Amino acid sequence: MSFFTEALWVLLLGSLLGLELIGKVPPTLHTPLMSGANAISGITMLAALTLIIKAGNNDTLLIIGSIALGFALFNVIGGFLVTDRMLAMFSRKPSKKNNNR
Amino acid sequence: MTIAGILTYLIDLIAVLLLALGIKGLSKVRSAREANRLAAIAMGLAVVGVLLGFLFDSGVSIKSWVWIILGTLLGGSLGAITAKKVPMTAMPETVALFNGCGGMSSLLVALGVAFFPISQGAGQLSNGNELIEKLSIVVSIFVGAITFTGSIVAMAKLQGWLSTPSWMESKSRHFVNIAFVVISLIAVIEVLQGNPNGIWLLVVGSSFLGVGVTLPIGGADMPVVISLLNSYSGVAAASAGFVVGSQLLIVAGAMVGAAGLILTQVMCKGMNRSLVSVLFGGALASGESSSSSSSGEYMNITSCSAEECALTLEAAERVVIVPGYGLAVAQAQHTLREVTRVLEASGISVSYGIHPVAGRMPGHMNVLLAEADVPYEQLKEMDVINPEFAATDVVLVLGANDVVNPQAKNDTTSPLYGMPVLDVQDARTVFVIKRGMNAGYSGIKNDLFELNNTSMVFGDAKKVLGDLLVELKELGVGSNK
Repeated sequence: MSFFTEALWVLLLGSLLGLELIGKVPPTLHTPLMSGANAISGITMLAALTLIIKAGNNDTLLIIGSIALGFALFNVIGGFLVTDRMLAMFSRKPSKKNNNR
Repeated sequence: MTIAGILTYLIDLIAVLLLALGIKGLSKVRSAREANRLAAIAMGLAVVGVLLGFLFDSGVSIKSWVWIILGTLLGGSLGAITAKKVPMTAMPETVALFNGCGGMSSLLVALGVAFFPISQGAGQLSNGNELIEKLSIVVSIFVGAITFTGSIVAMAKLQGWLSTPSWMESKSRHFVNIAFVVISLIAVIEVLQGNPNGIWLLVVGSSFLGVGVTLPIGGADMPVVISLLNSYSGVAAASAGFVVGSQLLIVAGAMVGAAGLILTQVMCKGMNRSLVSVLFGGALASGESSSSSSSGEYMNITSCSAEECALTLEAAERVVIVPGYGLAVAQAQHTLREVTRVLEASGISVSYGIHPVAGRMPGHMNVLLAEADVPYEQLKEMDVINPEFAATDVVLVLGANDVVNPQAKNDTTSPLYGMPVLDVQDARTVFVIKRGMNAGYSGIKNDLFELNNTSMVFGDAKKVLGDLLVELKELGVGSNK
């Protein structure tokens, strides 16, 4: 099977999985979920990585790849950290007020 | 398959599994934080998998390492700083910014591959089918550019840096957008026929399309748009997966794309809007434009001072707070918490009625109140709190408007009709703290304000709450009881 036909199956099954994964979400979690899913969409950093490694000695491509990687990582690192910040507020016990992070 | 090949393959599989578990876990309160970490670990694992794959195969040159480290340090540290510094009230625009950058990344990768076909073909597109390769590049550029410009416009609008130009509110904007679609389509045909200049035309066309589609959308609908753009960035990642030949990217992108669509749907339902009317301007006028014109229609408005409000609160036994967008804008969550602390100290029962789409994004209110140390148990969802209003003495509506409009229940001709709302009018007394008589997002008059048991307290939420706190303390509420 060629990569393309295989990839189409992967695309289809991945989409179906995504549709099923979040059925019922309490409204409380909509913003964190959106932010978390947003961080995952930064997975495109793998494409940037591949581009840089395969660029060989092509400087333009190296720079494009590096910028792309930067953008993607901004999305990934920022996204996960900000989601964690939001979720940390939910898990904090009301009695512990010194734990203010 | 070599042992190294099997190893990287396994890492990829585990990463996908963890990502799926992460998304699933994020939809439950108890597991959400761990799930977020799990997803982060999965992403790290995926990177390790890609690097290992190349190390075993052809190796990674020093030059490549330098650029990898450079990009990682810059992007990563900027992301970390942004995530730490940004205030909780600015969460929606932050998500939009991150999202736009993800789209930009997919766009850049596709551009790179388009102009400099990588040696040995792009990735493992082994059958060398040029058409398919070009098609995936075109999709990646198109979706990536729309995601980027759309997200940046969404962010700028939420920050108040941009407002909708007046011609954008007229019907003519549809023609402009259709023109951008046509330009993009022409560009796609050019690219598929082998004209490299078509790519630039596509970048321009789809970038403007992203702007043109997002710019006319009013503040109320922005969360839905951000959620939709989030779904797009998943699609962009998946198409970038086709470009570089990575199945892991395709799975992850497809999962986020599909999950984003579901989330968008859920949000639309909460606001009683259809996705089509959000995107193409349906029954509701844009809030900003019509707000001033509808202010004259109110009659029989009672307004009162913070002092009177404090007196009523002092005598109350059960108080329900209904927070909304205005509270978020005024960043008044901490002042509110102080007021409720004083009330609780004198034995008044306080709870919070949270409408599913209160604030600027579903769940945004919960995050803000949690930041101000409000106990989680006091936050009540709409279905729980609605039957309790009849037994409530005082309701404080803080910068919420459409979500407490009784029209949605009583008036079948109202555009709001059918939207689930909080039945605050059932309470004995309702105080609405609001900056002025401007209409809410929907631009629709709120019948609640004219009811006899409703009093308006005009002013910025933070200032009014501050005054209220002073008045309550002067009355001796919560001090020695």
